[in-house]
Amino acid sequence: MKIGGEILTMHHISKSFLGVKALSNVDFTLRAGEIHALMGENGAGKSTLIKVLTGAEEFESGEIRIAGKPIINRSPQEAQLNGISTVYQEINLCPNLSVAENLFLGRQPQKHGAIDWKTMYKKAKEAFEALDINIDVTSTLDNYSLAIQQMVAIARAVDISSRVLILDEPTSSLDDSEVEKLFSIMRKLKECGLGIIFVTHFIEQVYKICDRITVLRNGELVGEYEVGNLPRVQLVARMMGKDFEGLAEIKRHEAGTEEDNAATVIEARGLGCTGKVKPFDLNVSKGDVIGISGLLGSGRSELARVIYGADKPDTGELKMNDKKLDIRAPLDAVRSGIAFLPENRKEEGVIGDLSVRENIVLALQARKGIFRLLGKKEQEEFTDRYMDILKIKASDREAPVKRLSGGNQQKVVLARWLLTNPDFLILDEPTRGIDIGTKNEIQRLIVNLAKEGKAVIFISSEIEEMLRTCNRMVVMRDSSKVGELSNNEITQENIMKAIAGGNAS
Amino acid sequence: MKKSNIKSKHIINHPLFLPLVCLLLVLIVNLIQTPSFFKITIQNGVLYGFIIDIINRSSGLIIMAVGMTLVVASSGGTDISVGAVSALAGAVCVAVLGTGESYRMPYIISLLLPLIAGMVCGAFNGFLVSYMRVQPMVATLILFTAGRGIAQLITGSFILYVKPVQFQYLGSFLPNVPIPTPCFVATFVILITWLTLKYTSLNMFIQSVGINPKASHLVGLNSKMITFFTYVFCSVCAAGAGLISVSRTASIDANNVGLNVELDAILAVAIGGNSLSGGKFSLFGSVIGAITIQALTTTLYAMHVSADQLPLYKAIVVIIIVALQSPEPKRWYYMIKSGISSGRSAREAN
Amino acid sequence: MNDTELRWQRFEHKKVMSLIKEKLLGHNFLLFVTVALFVVMYIAGLFVYKDKNFGNMQVFLNLLISNAGLIITSVGMTMVLIIAGIDISVGSVVAVTCMMLASMMEKGKIDALPAIAIVLLFGIAFGAIQGWFIAYMKLQPFIVTLAGMFFARGLTAVISLEMITITNKTFLSIAQHKMYLPFGGSLNKRGVMIYPYVYPTVAAALIILVLAFIMLRYTKFGRSIYAVGGSEQSAMLMGLNVKRIKFLVYIINGFLASLGGVAFCLNTTGAFVELAKGFEMEAIAATVIGGTPLTGGVGNVFGTLFGVLIKATIETFVSFQGTLSSWWSKIIIAALLAFFIILQSLLTMRKERQR
Repeated sequence: MKIGGEILTMHHISKSFLGVKALSNVDFTLRAGEIHALMGENGAGKSTLIKVLTGAEEFESGEIRIAGKPIINRSPQEAQLNGISTVYQEINLCPNLSVAENLFLGRQPQKHGAIDWKTMYKKAKEAFEALDINIDVTSTLDNYSLAIQQMVAIARAVDISSRVLILDEPTSSLDDSEVEKLFSIMRKLKECGLGIIFVTHFIEQVYKICDRITVLRNGELVGEYEVGNLPRVQLVARMMGKDFEGLAEIKRHEAGTEEDNAATVIEARGLGCTGKVKPFDLNVSKGDVIGISGLLGSGRSELARVIYGADKPDTGELKMNDKKLDIRAPLDAVRSGIAFLPENRKEEGVIGDLSVRENIVLALQARKGIFRLLGKKEQEEFTDRYMDILKIKASDREAPVKRLSGGNQQKVVLARWLLTNPDFLILDEPTRGIDIGTKNEIQRLIVNLAKEGKAVIFISSEIEEMLRTCNRMVVMRDSSKVGELSNNEITQENIMKAIAGGNAS
Repeated sequence: MKKSNIKSKHIINHPLFLPLVCLLLVLIVNLIQTPSFFKITIQNGVLYGFIIDIINRSSGLIIMAVGMTLVVASSGGTDISVGAVSALAGAVCVAVLGTGESYRMPYIISLLLPLIAGMVCGAFNGFLVSYMRVQPMVATLILFTAGRGIAQLITGSFILYVKPVQFQYLGSFLPNVPIPTPCFVATFVILITWLTLKYTSLNMFIQSVGINPKASHLVGLNSKMITFFTYVFCSVCAAGAGLISVSRTASIDANNVGLNVELDAILAVAIGGNSLSGGKFSLFGSVIGAITIQALTTTLYAMHVSADQLPLYKAIVVIIIVALQSPEPKRWYYMIKSGISSGRSAREAN
Repeated sequence: MNDTELRWQRFEHKKVMSLIKEKLLGHNFLLFVTVALFVVMYIAGLFVYKDKNFGNMQVFLNLLISNAGLIITSVGMTMVLIIAGIDISVGSVVAVTCMMLASMMEKGKIDALPAIAIVLLFGIAFGAIQGWFIAYMKLQPFIVTLAGMFFARGLTAVISLEMITITNKTFLSIAQHKMYLPFGGSLNKRGVMIYPYVYPTVAAALIILVLAFIMLRYTKFGRSIYAVGGSEQSAMLMGLNVKRIKFLVYIINGFLASLGGVAFCLNTTGAFVELAKGFEMEAIAATVIGGTPLTGGVGNVFGTLFGVLIKATIETFVSFQGTLSSWWSKIIIAALLAFFIILQSLLTMRKERQR
């Protein structure tokens, strides 16, 4: 079936959260029988747009039409009735039920008032065979890989309503052959005339399967493109907010030491963790600021976590100052002088109900152990010093940290680690969700730390700030390290090319 | 004027404000009922009066509440085996001393062995909760029933009496001391716990693990060990309370030592202003809570409620406190409020 | 929806492919352990207690007779555990049910049948209140049912602190009505054929068991219970009314707990405050041993029956032994519960690690 008429149009959709615009005047069009990629970096508004479309969130202005008819979805159920189904990355099925039941839950075929298992199994089997999936539909879902579970979710979505199918990052946890299988199913559904919205951050996949691409950035529509007319580098540039043609060479600040003979602090050989990050080699020397670049989900955070021991590596080895490190728990890493600022500040960083003081001294205290409590005076002194250095704004040092703004919370976590005087810092998105001023402060801090002789790994989704601070860049794609750039090679163009991969012409 | 306002707000926001108000309320009710409530006299060389009685009888509960506070703080769950563990400890104690005219073994062993037994029980609970990831209540449910069973086996299902009169010193009065011994023990436990929390980093670690176990782990805390420790400590406290209870009556009745006390201990923690979902805690809040409950119990006894009937009223109090702590009523309140206002704004828009 | 129909037609023309069974050690592993355990115990009993006629049909039926109430209560517990909840109030509910029955019949002069109806209504109401707190107020089931446990026990004491013995004729005639089986008889000393018998409570328990099985397997509501236990979030997104399902399960559980109480009372024909102490753990143990994990989503009422039978066999062994205190059976059951909980925990942890 060829690409048909428009089945879904979203026109001038706007939505804000607490006064912050999440979407402003976004247009989106989906045609029958096409696979349409929705792309954008963190905070671009992809997920908000999907939520608005599925009725999980209300929109403030604009219009949604299905096959020309205006609709309003108040809940995902209502969206489903209107023909819009969603399959999320987190599979929303019941792992304890059989495949067939997951397909028919809530609408099981009945005979004489009782569930007719025979018919249900038969129908389920037929449904899966039509998609060329051969599985035992009577077996429980948790016997199957995530890929199959995803396909079951798709089958359910398609079986209930069949005009618009939204796939929200379905491939993040699938391997290559599983992705291939998923794609063949997507092609099949496309032939049946479905419109598929494919949310992903894997550029390769977009070029493999999609017909058109819509790019969002900062809640605004950047543009809608035919896949054939948009080179990869251009796509990356549009997502990151840089017009590629207009790229001027941004001069990198003198960051870190340029000496080649600086002592190696961290040396990773073939370190990896199955399902998270493929084995990689990495050397970090004193005074290095190493940027890890890559799109969201490229394995950049996972790489950091594996080094710290937050996720236990299952291959390779890690050396620090030429001594083999055996990290069994984060405490071992802390003791060897590694600091880790996690990406998810709220869930993994701050301890919300504890005071600023307690949050700041926590890591040092953990390192010292239970019995060597830092004196009250000492704690207050440390807190005051770092509140001063980092300009942490809080009503007082005993205020619960959850009352602070995001930027200040982040500074508290930073202060926590600086207090332990680490040799090696891993900072995963330290500047996310905080204001420009604070961002600059943190960047300056990173450069200064390197000057003091510390080694730093800095992860950010904003290339520009990494250009400014890093002396080496590691590029990640599809869970593996695909390149390393140093000094003069670090240009926006090179980085984007490396991220985009393929023949980035 | 404004300054006093701020000051009063400060008092109201103090974590111990509500527990103290609760205690005061119960005491006032008592005072109205029995005008001689606050009267303290000296009879036979010891202090005597309602207040003394309440403090004396609440000692065991205070000790348990101290342990329970830490369990709740670190794991967001409760230990319902405390009553059974105290019965078990009591049984061990009596079994050590025997029922003869003199002790069978040195007295000190009769203190140490039960506490070690408590430690073993706590280690079992803690192992299930922190290393096997079993929900706290289910994990402790096992000892909740089996603990009493083991106690029955030790005593051979008999009520055993310890004859030497010195045995009662722990549960009643030391010679020539007018203040009941349990008060000293309770004070001792509170002090030791308080000092430990003050002079080690356990206070911060327990709260941190209770609030955000993931972040705590990443910062380098051994979350499992800390939770494990609180369960061991809680059971040792329960064993201590069991010893007092056995000494009080100079006998062990494995069916009745620490009966229904698990509810009291949980209630003490909740009345003390501590959230049952873990995190921040106030040791003294729980102590006040324990005294409040004993005062409440005394009041109910005075109203001719039998011991067996007490749980009925306490259960209602528990459910009210827990319901008030839960976010759901607040959400409803805001939903109704915003529903009204948004309805209004919609009408205005029309 | 023309598209859908078209696609369905296409589906039907596709050729049928062969299926591969991957069910080796899935959810049925625990159930398998339980049944095997019971069989081993029973065969061991046949040898060890040969002289005490352990193999006698009536001895086996006595296992059911003395545990009819537990079977009924455990069926309710099974459903509660399947939705990943728990109810530790059932022991006290059984006690208060017995006490209400005894008190109504002996003091209130209400006849047996209306009295039974009243306590069953009480059970439903009790379950509804607990269910409301859990489902709609989102309180932890532990805390709610802990409070329920103490509430019901206190209520028992409020009704009567004294033991009440039931003398109501209708009630006793139900209690003592022997239902003989048409088979499995044996000749006694005088050469008269004695057929084994059960009491009506056993029949009631088995009927409840079968009804629960049918409900859990063949109704939409029954399957929803599993769905909610598997993943509340998913169940909600698949369009199920999770709160209502939880609420209903606790109501059913309240009803079954009180029905279990009635059966219990028919066995004891009397009530006192301390009645059925620790019964909640027996019910939870029977359910968990019967292959229903505490994590929810999985479970089978027939497994629960085997859990009860294991518990009953342990009790029989302990009583046959003669010298052992009856507390031993409680401790052994607790140990068995601990063992199964640890086993389940290790299984889930292994599964998580595999992912």
